[in-house]
Amino acid sequence: MNSLAMAGKPTEVLELRGVTKRFGGITACKDLTFHIREGQIMGLIGPNGAGKTTAFNLITGVYGVTEGSIIYNDQIINGKRPDQIVRIGIARTFQNIRLFKNLSVLDNVCIAVDCHETYLLGAACLRLGNVRKREKAIQEQAMEYLAAVGLEDRASVRANSMPYGYQRKLEIARALALKPKLLLLDEPAAGMNPEESLELAKLIRILHERFRLTTLLIEHHMDVVMSLCEKIYVMNFGVKLAEGSAEEIQSDPEVLRAYLGEGYKRAEHP
Amino acid sequence: MTQYLSGILSLGLIYVIATVGLAVFTGFTGLFSLGHAAFFAIGAYTAAILTYFYGVNFYLALAAAGVMSGLVGFLIGYPTLKAKLRTDYFAIATLGFGEATRVLLENLSITQGARGLPGITNYTTLPVIIVIAALVIWVAWNFVHSRHGRAAIAIREDFVAAEMMGVNIFIGRLRSLIFSAACGGIAGGLFAHYFCFIQPSMFTAYMSTQLTAAVVAGGMGSISGPVMAALIFIGVPELLRVANIWRLVAYGLLLVLIMIFRPQGLLGYREISLSGIRDFFARFRKGARS
Repeated sequence: MNSLAMAGKPTEVLELRGVTKRFGGITACKDLTFHIREGQIMGLIGPNGAGKTTAFNLITGVYGVTEGSIIYNDQIINGKRPDQIVRIGIARTFQNIRLFKNLSVLDNVCIAVDCHETYLLGAACLRLGNVRKREKAIQEQAMEYLAAVGLEDRASVRANSMPYGYQRKLEIARALALKPKLLLLDEPAAGMNPEESLELAKLIRILHERFRLTTLLIEHHMDVVMSLCEKIYVMNFGVKLAEGSAEEIQSDPEVLRAYLGEGYKRAEHP
Repeated sequence: MTQYLSGILSLGLIYVIATVGLAVFTGFTGLFSLGHAAFFAIGAYTAAILTYFYGVNFYLALAAAGVMSGLVGFLIGYPTLKAKLRTDYFAIATLGFGEATRVLLENLSITQGARGLPGITNYTTLPVIIVIAALVIWVAWNFVHSRHGRAAIAIREDFVAAEMMGVNIFIGRLRSLIFSAACGGIAGGLFAHYFCFIQPSMFTAYMSTQLTAAVVAGGMGSISGPVMAALIFIGVPELLRVANIWRLVAYGLLLVLIMIFRPQGLLGYREISLSGIRDFFARFRKGARS
């Protein structure tokens, strides 16, 4: 139980009510209904093609919902543009890394820091007022976020020249720089070996607490999911299969049959 | 001779102004235009009509040329960019816009149709051009090195990710288009008062292509690259006037060679800087020794 939940009535940060998305005849998500409380880490798991990333795309406004509503802090957000949703506090990373490849690591994060910057175009073009100072502050902030994921000494490197694992971390740093309240991580440990993915899980835990986030996580590495998530939502073929704590999910016969495999046994965790 | 050289330099720098504007739009925001000559033409006619018929002060007319072109940029950009036209479709739309503008200029009475406007006062001198070109380069530089410029670059690199960074793609693209249109307009205003005669047939798709070619050959994501390329594109054909019939061949060959040997352009994603030049020569010397 974390301190926030104990402090008072737990508040729901995000709530999905009967969210359905159809692409022509294909129903990618059907009647998704769940909520995340403030300070929670929630896992979204399921086989490939279950509609997990589609759910992320619906929450972040990349797709419009066909039916249902998405509520963030008592505000309906479906129908808003992605950039508007980012500004009210939802940030995400991508399953297939989407960095600004030709830019430096620092510039990647600067673009995210810019999200809450306000100096005007005219001032920028003529370098009026405190633009120079603001620019310096943006870079310093960006460096802080890079330091948070351990990339501060690679700031001037071109983003796509870094190894894969670092690119994933850069995506997380970039998402954090948007100052989100709700962070959506789409397979952050994809392509990592078990050791690396557990290290990443530790990092996610640290960042989650340091930045007081609420985190929704898609992941296939079960040891990452089971060690991080208080609550897990399992999807299969676009519908909910199960919902509950890590223990409940691991003993759910339906989940074992559809996804984890009959022989699944919980791995030991530190 | 000096007069001849200053003539080439003047024309070159007028092109530099338009090219720098287009570099912000194409090189930094990632959209292609095949109709930027239209903004050049609108600026030329706006400024010329104001000084010629209404006796407006030259610098005011120049500012009006920039504003007018920027306004037209807004009008053409609003529907096309709002509809999120893909880059190639957008290029086709600008091609149509460029031709439509030329036809319009040929048929309006205030522009005196195809006869053009002769006898515009020669206000544009080399020092004026140098000052304005430097100013435009400085402003463009500041623009691309600000949060607004970074937003444009993010759109060029990956517009889905850019949207997820809180960038409004429509506003970002429109802002760059208006900026480049205004630069084109100012260049046009200077052009009109430099040649003292304008007619619609000066602003054809050939000019649009030349501007875009200068940006691409100079390098995407660079300002100094397109500046150099614009000067080369104006300078080389002039120098080759002696071999008149080979001029266009040499020009074409130059473009082909750049695309083969430097597909990223002269200075793709880079700028000329003193430290960069020093590094280059240091490497050169080291290479010669080993």
